[in-house]
Amino acid sequence: MNVPHDLLYATTHEWIRRDPSDATIVTVGITDHAQAELSDVVFVELPKIGAALTASAPAAVVESVKAASDIYSPLTGSVTGVNEALPSNPALVNSDPFGEGWLFKMCMSTPEELDSLLSPEAYSTQIGS
Amino acid sequence: MKHSPLEPAHREAGGRMIDFAGWSMPVYYTSIKEEHEAVRSSAGIFDVSHMGEVFVSGEQASQWLETLFTNRVGKLAVGRGQYTIMLNHEGGVIDDLILYRTKENEFFFVINAARLEEDVTWLNKELPHEGALIVENKSEMLAAFALQGPKAEEILTKVLPDFKPLKRNEIAPIAGYQSALIARTGYTGEDGFEIFVTKEDGLTLWQSFVAAGAKPCGLGARDTLRLEMGYPLNGSDLSMERTPLEAGLEKFVALHDPLKGEFIGRAVLKQQSALGVTQRLTPLQLCEEGPPLRSHYQIYSGEELLGEISSGAFSPSLGKGIAMAYLPIEFTKLETFLEIDIRGKRYKAVVTTLPFYKKISPSSKV
Repeated sequence: MNVPHDLLYATTHEWIRRDPSDATIVTVGITDHAQAELSDVVFVELPKIGAALTASAPAAVVESVKAASDIYSPLTGSVTGVNEALPSNPALVNSDPFGEGWLFKMCMSTPEELDSLLSPEAYSTQIGS
Repeated sequence: MKHSPLEPAHREAGGRMIDFAGWSMPVYYTSIKEEHEAVRSSAGIFDVSHMGEVFVSGEQASQWLETLFTNRVGKLAVGRGQYTIMLNHEGGVIDDLILYRTKENEFFFVINAARLEEDVTWLNKELPHEGALIVENKSEMLAAFALQGPKAEEILTKVLPDFKPLKRNEIAPIAGYQSALIARTGYTGEDGFEIFVTKEDGLTLWQSFVAAGAKPCGLGARDTLRLEMGYPLNGSDLSMERTPLEAGLEKFVALHDPLKGEFIGRAVLKQQSALGVTQRLTPLQLCEEGPPLRSHYQIYSGEELLGEISSGAFSPSLGKGIAMAYLPIEFTKLETFLEIDIRGKRYKAVVTTLPFYKKISPSSKV
């Protein structure tokens, strides 16, 4: 299972990419492991731009043929952007979970929360890969 | 947890195993969508060993079953099967099943896994004291699988070259296999076969079908395929609280057939038929891009709550949400617009006709 080394992870299977040009912004998506568990993603409900998110609270919903799954915000902050390509092509979450299949961008209000996220090694151990 | 005799093959193929009615069964191997599409365009194979197989034999078997089931048993020729329904005395559905006449005085039927114990208890309770009727539950001894799709027959003849063609709903023994039966039927809307063999023969035969080109498919695709056809699922679309008339299954209820006579639940159905049903199982389709429909989502007309979804799915063939729901009769007319509440948001849906999925070319013999 692919676990890129330049990302941080949440125990609930979201990945977090820090913006190279703005230290307060991160991009969030779901991991390769999560998309494989869900299989065929057919619908994604994204948060609204500007919405306030709380760490570990539901922020989005990803639905596969099989089930609806809550996606949790890994951090506290507000939504600054959403992946506009997903409504018409939700399968991007399956085909490119770490790239084209990203879910939303957020501005962190409590950057110290980053310290409680998992390293790639810790996440790999969690999913047993 | 009960285990199918085919489980080693599922594990080897990477099947995602789930608990289904107390059985460890594959929900999918690679993808529900891929498996669904394989059955619509080529052929898939499903493990249905969790289903119950019951034999009833004896001189009075036909007459007795006539009183237990809604369809007319007497019109079944030896080697033929029919869809039928078992009701309680209140006219509620205990189970729906396919009944086959395997010999003049022997019947075989396949029942839902979740209902096996209740069904067998019910049969034994209703069994007349006099006479020599035998009810045998052979579920533990048999492996069962469904080979489904436009290429099912081609694959079948590769594996069983001695196979003699069957018509839809016909059943026959399988040459060279002990206690084995094959019926041309299914739960997908495609041409296909259900095959019942001993546990010992199951695994090898399954592997031969897979090697001949049948894609292993899980319960996930079985559900999306059956719902696209509008086939009801007991426990979701059918229950003891609903009659077959409310479920739209009157075609399978010989209510006014003088040759059928009395059967359990008939009095209630007769009355309901005379008065007209007030609710009906209704097919709905999402009108806009939206999430898959799922059971228990609530259905509204304006602010009026009408009911909830009994079965819902994302239809891989249509690319949108489809569902069945019991609705008040005045809201069941074709092209009635309704709303479905999904996580607090309303999505527009419309009453449509069955099947949801209509084949473009009549390639199968359904």
